[in-house]
Amino acid sequence: MSTVRIPPVLREAVGGSRTLAAHGATVDEVLADLFANYPALRDRVTDDGELSPFVNVYVNDRDVRYRDGLETAVGPDDTVILLPAMAGGAR
Amino acid sequence: MRPATSLREVSAAEALELAASGWRILDVREQVEWNEGHIPDATLLPLADLPARIAEVAPDREAPLLVHCAVGARSLRASAWLIQNGYTNVASLRASLLDWRRLGGAWEAPEQLLTPAQQRRYSRQVLIPEIGQAGQRKLLDAKVLLIGAGGLGSPAALYLAASGIGTIGLVDDDVVDESNLQRQVLHASDRVGMHKTESARMTLAALNPETHVVEHRERLDADNVERLIADYDVIVDGTDNFDTRYLLNDAAVKLRKPVVHGSIYRWDGQVTTFVPFEGPCYRCMYPTQPPPELAPACAVAGVLGVLPGIAGLIQANEVFKLVLGVGETLAGRLLMFDAMATDFSEVKIWRDPACPACGEGAIQ
Repeated sequence: MSTVRIPPVLREAVGGSRTLAAHGATVDEVLADLFANYPALRDRVTDDGELSPFVNVYVNDRDVRYRDGLETAVGPDDTVILLPAMAGGAR
Repeated sequence: MRPATSLREVSAAEALELAASGWRILDVREQVEWNEGHIPDATLLPLADLPARIAEVAPDREAPLLVHCAVGARSLRASAWLIQNGYTNVASLRASLLDWRRLGGAWEAPEQLLTPAQQRRYSRQVLIPEIGQAGQRKLLDAKVLLIGAGGLGSPAALYLAASGIGTIGLVDDDVVDESNLQRQVLHASDRVGMHKTESARMTLAALNPETHVVEHRERLDADNVERLIADYDVIVDGTDNFDTRYLLNDAAVKLRKPVVHGSIYRWDGQVTTFVPFEGPCYRCMYPTQPPPELAPACAVAGVLGVLPGIAGLIQANEVFKLVLGVGETLAGRLLMFDAMATDFSEVKIWRDPACPACGEGAIQ
């Protein structure tokens, strides 16, 4: 099982977990496994079955947009990082 | 005429006459002393190198040699050695080089990059090989604009000013609120209600009076963004909303200004550096602006006080490297800090050829 890192803004959708273990050999399968357990996550990460433009997905340190998108392979020792745009700052 | 082989010590006035009559001048001080100023026609030959190099520097033992150091001690020893070794026409300046200069003796000093006060104040970082006087000069000449004098801007501004960044601009239209003080360390309890830029200027002026602080008491918007950033070398982005981040990104790409980006949320922080057309920009990461509900501000979400401190100082560190032109910046890398786990990690960010701001289709 791969490890999925949940960013702070999405933790409420997964009961507060910082990381989750997920099954799947591709990003698509890993996300499907997560959505089965945490349905609230689906609308935050995808839009009409595609990755949301506001959330980047990395396998280890590589953006899947520059690999095979949702078909990017995920190995059991890989870490999948969900990274939504984050704006918090000064005020 | 004195006996040629006796040791002759001369005053500064006599030395001037000897120099005027064509005597060769030998400076037996060290290289570092020479670097700080020297007689233009002199030849540097440090005392310790004299035996090994004199034959090459002054092969003719009959030719007259005027030897000097800083005050006359080393030159006396050098002269004695020269006479013992067959030099017949040697004079040692027994006076201070200051006397030579006071009497109008020729002098050449390198342009001083730092004043004596600056050399004292910044001595600990001038000692660092990658900085030195030239690097410190760059810092003193640098103009850095901080968007936001709040959580991220506070630590960045404090350290940028302390280390001698010459001009710090602050863009903020807010006033100090009691709830800011938990993390916005530029401000103070007795300044609640004061404009943040004014409070920041007071703090920075007390820390380093040499830093020129420019208050931009306005909120960054589409009409003022280009004017605000135009005069600065580096922009530090510590804003709290997507509107400002995208406005800033597009203007910075257009004007080719590097932006050091920081964002924080509860226990997590992110920092990266955008160098237009050399690395990715913010739109390369997220091409379109997310809806505002995806950017809960500190006021809504909460933030650990120390977190902007850590992120803001990483931003300041990026500024130093950009200004000095040394090291590896975070361009092309997003650094993520998890304060709960004390974990740093990073992901790679690519320049997107289709980026609406800096991609192939965008006007460069």
